[in-house]
Amino acid sequence: MSITLSINGEKRALDADPDSPLLWALRDELKLTGTKFGCGIASCGACTVHLDGMPIRSCQTMVGDVEGAEITTIEGINGKAAQAVEAAWQELEVPQCGYCQSGQIMAAAALLADTPKPTDDDIDAAMDGNVCRCATYARIRKAIHLASDKMEA
Amino acid sequence: MLHLLQKPLAAAQPSRRTFLKASAGAIGGLVLAMNLPRSAASAAEGEFIQPFVHIRPDNTVVVLSKHLDKGQGTASGLATLVADELDAAHDQVTVEFAPSDPQVYANSLFGVQGTGGSTAMANSFMQYRQAGAAAKAMIVAAAAKAWGVPVGEITVSKGVVSHGSGDSATLGALAGLAAAEEVPAEPVLKTPDQWVYIGKSFPRLDVKNKSAGAPNTYTMDFQRDGLLVATVARAPRFGGKVKSFDAGEAMKVPGVVRVLQIPNGVAVVAESTWPAIRGRSLLEIEWDDSAAETRSSDAMIAELKEMTVSPPVKVREDGDVAAALEASAKVIEADYDFPLLAHGAMEPLDIAMMFDGETAEFWFGSQIQTIDHNVAAAVLGIPFQNVKINTLWAGGSFGRRAQADAHPVAEIATLGKAMQAAGMAPAPVKIVWTREDDMTGGYYRPMSAHRIRVGLDAAGNVTAFQYNIAAKSIVKGTAFEAVLMKDGVDHSMTEGAHDTSYAFPLMNMDLAYQETQVPVLWWRSVGHTHTAYVMETMIDRLAKEAGKDPVAYRLELIRDDPRKAHVLRLAAEKAGWDQPLPDGRYRGVAVHKSFGSYVAEVAEISFRDDGTVKVEKVTAAVDCGTPVNPDNIVAQVEGGIGYGLGAVLRNQVTLVDGVVEETNFDTYEPLRMSDMPEVEVHIVASNEPPTGIGEPGTPPIGPAVANAIASAKGEWITSLPLSKAGLV
Repeated sequence: MSITLSINGEKRALDADPDSPLLWALRDELKLTGTKFGCGIASCGACTVHLDGMPIRSCQTMVGDVEGAEITTIEGINGKAAQAVEAAWQELEVPQCGYCQSGQIMAAAALLADTPKPTDDDIDAAMDGNVCRCATYARIRKAIHLASDKMEA
Repeated sequence: MLHLLQKPLAAAQPSRRTFLKASAGAIGGLVLAMNLPRSAASAAEGEFIQPFVHIRPDNTVVVLSKHLDKGQGTASGLATLVADELDAAHDQVTVEFAPSDPQVYANSLFGVQGTGGSTAMANSFMQYRQAGAAAKAMIVAAAAKAWGVPVGEITVSKGVVSHGSGDSATLGALAGLAAAEEVPAEPVLKTPDQWVYIGKSFPRLDVKNKSAGAPNTYTMDFQRDGLLVATVARAPRFGGKVKSFDAGEAMKVPGVVRVLQIPNGVAVVAESTWPAIRGRSLLEIEWDDSAAETRSSDAMIAELKEMTVSPPVKVREDGDVAAALEASAKVIEADYDFPLLAHGAMEPLDIAMMFDGETAEFWFGSQIQTIDHNVAAAVLGIPFQNVKINTLWAGGSFGRRAQADAHPVAEIATLGKAMQAAGMAPAPVKIVWTREDDMTGGYYRPMSAHRIRVGLDAAGNVTAFQYNIAAKSIVKGTAFEAVLMKDGVDHSMTEGAHDTSYAFPLMNMDLAYQETQVPVLWWRSVGHTHTAYVMETMIDRLAKEAGKDPVAYRLELIRDDPRKAHVLRLAAEKAGWDQPLPDGRYRGVAVHKSFGSYVAEVAEISFRDDGTVKVEKVTAAVDCGTPVNPDNIVAQVEGGIGYGLGAVLRNQVTLVDGVVEETNFDTYEPLRMSDMPEVEVHIVASNEPPTGIGEPGTPPIGPAVANAIASAKGEWITSLPLSKAGLV
């Protein structure tokens, strides 16, 4: 059935089962492939997008439940925190395989938008749901602190 | 090493057994000599085209990576070599994956095109520098002619070619002219003091795309008009087959196009991914498990332990260890076991193919292109040259994409044939593995058991060392056997032990091969994942028996291995090994050589209130020869430590009646942010040839942590993961 979603500031109509995951609507219907499929059970965070600014797992969010909400993906993310995060990620060369990094960046940007000066404990709490099998965690932590500094500058 | 098939295999039946046999039979003494770059005739106007470097009129320098980049930074590493010798500017360099062509792009240590064993830099260091130097010589020769000045008066810096008279041009502007120049047979390479990027900094070329969710990066993101997406229901027990199935409910899912039986199971072909996943969940399949592995992992470990008592295969025989043990004042006994491990790369396995009946094109993270290419041609029954393989960035591998049987290629090829046989119009198709498929699909790090008996004299010195090991071989019975088995020994199971540089007076090592249908594969650092744990925890035990400091004791025994001794001293010094620790902190050390590189790690731990272990900090020292990109070396050691630590803490794949219990990241819990220790990496300056760095950071972390635990509790854990001992 036809459903209209608000994605990255645009109204997008798509033909989708309301009980199907937002992840696959984004990736297969709207070709927004920056949001990744990692586990399908909200255990890895690779599919993280923002729903009205909050980080959510799109693999466990059904299309029919997000009509009317503002959805932001890695392709559409902007604002001070997001820009600082992407710049810090590049400066510290965080990605290795890179497959989880869209989700990491979405989680980090949401953290910084909410908590501009996070402690290490804040980072643990906000980022523990985002798995990186290359274990780039040490650099993610540094990059979040660096992005925080950039936001202040 | 892997002198594999250069020529296409004859058309084979689409069964795994058939093409494995064919692969093994076709392995001859083929060694592909690597040539210097050769002139190519197909350059576009104004373009410079050589096998490893293209220079475009728009001033882009494209480096062709013959190796898969699955996160380890190889593509940027190879670009570093070319850019340095060519004196290109960092911002004009891009990297693309080379086509599948073993004549041009073979790994010189394998004899075929492929990536693995942390060999990418080791086998490419001279080749890619030569390619860059040859390109630069041709650019300079072309500029000299154009400007009418001597070659020796021209300089190149950061992509700008200049002459003192004021003439100046970009690499791109001279590319077309340079293409007509003769390729120098022996281009002059820079001396290390002339390097501008090597050993300094050349930021990775993939971080921008990977920090922006860029399209067309990974196989999972592959898009084409009319693309079909398939999932495959594979047997829940390894070796099982489809007896019968009912696709009625699956076909009712909107978007499901077809359900087809293939040798591996039942494929649900759909218009997009979700219907393929939904449809598969509604299949009703009866499996034939008559030839399947139906044991539980506990029973298989028990079998392995029995096999270590008297293993039949001699790996190392220094002398009569049994007699020496008999005569010893004391014998230390230790029995270890290690579980199956899944690789768990973030990107589950996936592969895309377009087959039109005569030609086939593939898109995926191909790790051993030559095997993948041959299997594709064999299964599809088309000539080798009718197959094109496009290598894409892989979202991790850790060994998982380097299979001897190219099973993802074989599976999608059989699906392509099934689609053709069903009368479907040719269409691009992508097979997506869900996390559950990836986790339960086998090709694990083998489970193993180790039995150690060490004799000591009255002073606590080692008199004899008996090391018995049992596991399923990764290479025995595969296309790798002919080249990787020597005298009946699979050394990938015993590496790090039989070749130890600890100077024991007498050491024997015996090996037994377990037979099981559970497919096994290399997992980041292969045999070192278990041998380093055993050797380094045993050494710690022996140091305690001798009443000596663990670092000092090791240094005595590796006196003939100065590079290993150096990283051990460096890590110990940087970690403050001789300094007292705060209350509640404990340290352990391990040092290990793998893939030509030496890594020492000191782990500092504490215990939480509930008794679980927290790894606070790891101090590492690494000697991987000439450090090409120091920041990437640091990144690989950080990541290698994290990857190994997650497994040691709490990862295992277990079977109940042959069925895998851990199906996703909820039950195979990866290392997470809050588990990650602070990591400090120190790189040894070196002019030795570069050696591996993707894997060598992994082996020492397990034993370093176990030794730290033992320093607190007095006992070494001998059965992994640590969670089994209530420490996680």
